[in-house]
Amino acid sequence: MLTGTLDHDTTDARLPDRAQAPNRVRAGTGAYQTTMDHPTPDPDWAAHLGRVHSQRDQSAFAALFAHFAPRVKGFLIRSGASDTLAEECTQEVMATVWHKAHLFDGTRAGVSTWIFTIARNKRIDALRKQRRPEPEDVIWGPEEQPDQTDVLALQQETEKLGQALASLPEKQRLLIERAYFADLSHSEIAEETGLPLGTIKSRIRLALERLRHAMQ
Amino acid sequence: MKDDKKMGQINHHLTDQLLIGYAAGTLPEAFGLVVATHVSLCDECRARLGGFEAVGGCLMDECADSAVGSDALQATLALIARGPQEPVKLPRNGADTVFPAPLRDYAGSDLSAINWRRLGGGVRHARLATSDAATVRLLHIPAGTRLPDHGHRGNEMTLVLQGAFRDETVRFARGDIEIADQNMHHTPVAEQGEACICLAATDAPLKFSGLIQRIAQPFLRI
Repeated sequence: MLTGTLDHDTTDARLPDRAQAPNRVRAGTGAYQTTMDHPTPDPDWAAHLGRVHSQRDQSAFAALFAHFAPRVKGFLIRSGASDTLAEECTQEVMATVWHKAHLFDGTRAGVSTWIFTIARNKRIDALRKQRRPEPEDVIWGPEEQPDQTDVLALQQETEKLGQALASLPEKQRLLIERAYFADLSHSEIAEETGLPLGTIKSRIRLALERLRHAMQ
Repeated sequence: MKDDKKMGQINHHLTDQLLIGYAAGTLPEAFGLVVATHVSLCDECRARLGGFEAVGGCLMDECADSAVGSDALQATLALIARGPQEPVKLPRNGADTVFPAPLRDYAGSDLSAINWRRLGGGVRHARLATSDAATVRLLHIPAGTRLPDHGHRGNEMTLVLQGAFRDETVRFARGDIEIADQNMHHTPVAEQGEACICLAATDAPLKFSGLIQRIAQPFLRI
């Protein structure tokens, strides 16, 4: 997969920042390989969440909390919340994780994705103070048990996505981060970075193409 | 026509930019409502949205550098013991109405609940209440009618809920999204058959070419 990403970088030369891309990718790839040399096996968070749901298991919740609470707080701080507000909102997000554990469906989202959407909703409620239109729910067949193979496949895809994001050239990864974290529209990003809007759009588009390429 | 409405395949989808904005929670409420309504009708965009939410999850995973307070877990368990802050909502899904669930939250159960205002040429509209950053309205365009020629100062997205319209040569039917920016002048025409109902959001007032509409615009709050 990594070789594929590198090939993709060097063969496609349509965009202005391409000349620097191979170096940046190599830097990113190096960092990624270092973590692969010392793999930290990720606990099965879906199973933890399952125990929170079925047994109201406080130790499983404590483990989820230790891992995700600092990440939720980091996301909120990057989105412009003060430390105090981020701390308070993080506790509310994690309480929602407890109360809504029965709604988690590992065949449709990874645990980090699911908690991200709860944190994002909290951010809209607390920081933007507007209503939040939500799509209709997909109703599955009666009492369908989630297929563990599907859950595992989705976890692997999500891991791959994380690696693909980490191996993006820094410029592109930063713009994607900005689009998610900072409460800024693309034109506001343009004002702040001094990049023309067209460049920002094409960088984000390119980053998405790279992500898709890496996911194939 | 009826079959077309039920079986219709969606041909015009949301852009990556709009889906990222929704996934990240940065869209103005009015645009968020159109996105949520389209996603309710379109499995493809629902899946793409899931992908962009997964990107958000991966980015959040890399934000582990903000330690929480030493008593945060205890405080959270105390919060949990007080019960859910908001009632856990029942799942909402499709009812047999023109309005998907997110739109019902804003516009009431169906078309009969709408308080239409005249817009000229037989076209009617009803503005829905959202935050000020952008506006969203329902449009009722009688079959065979042309929407007044208008350009845009900002971005506009239009979702078809019933019937269909054509813009130049392109056809938009239930579930289809047309996205226009300030460079685009368009004159959608509703097809023959049933009236065309659309949900349209814009981040700037529409710019009508007709004198009457231009004069009336401030009064009609278009």
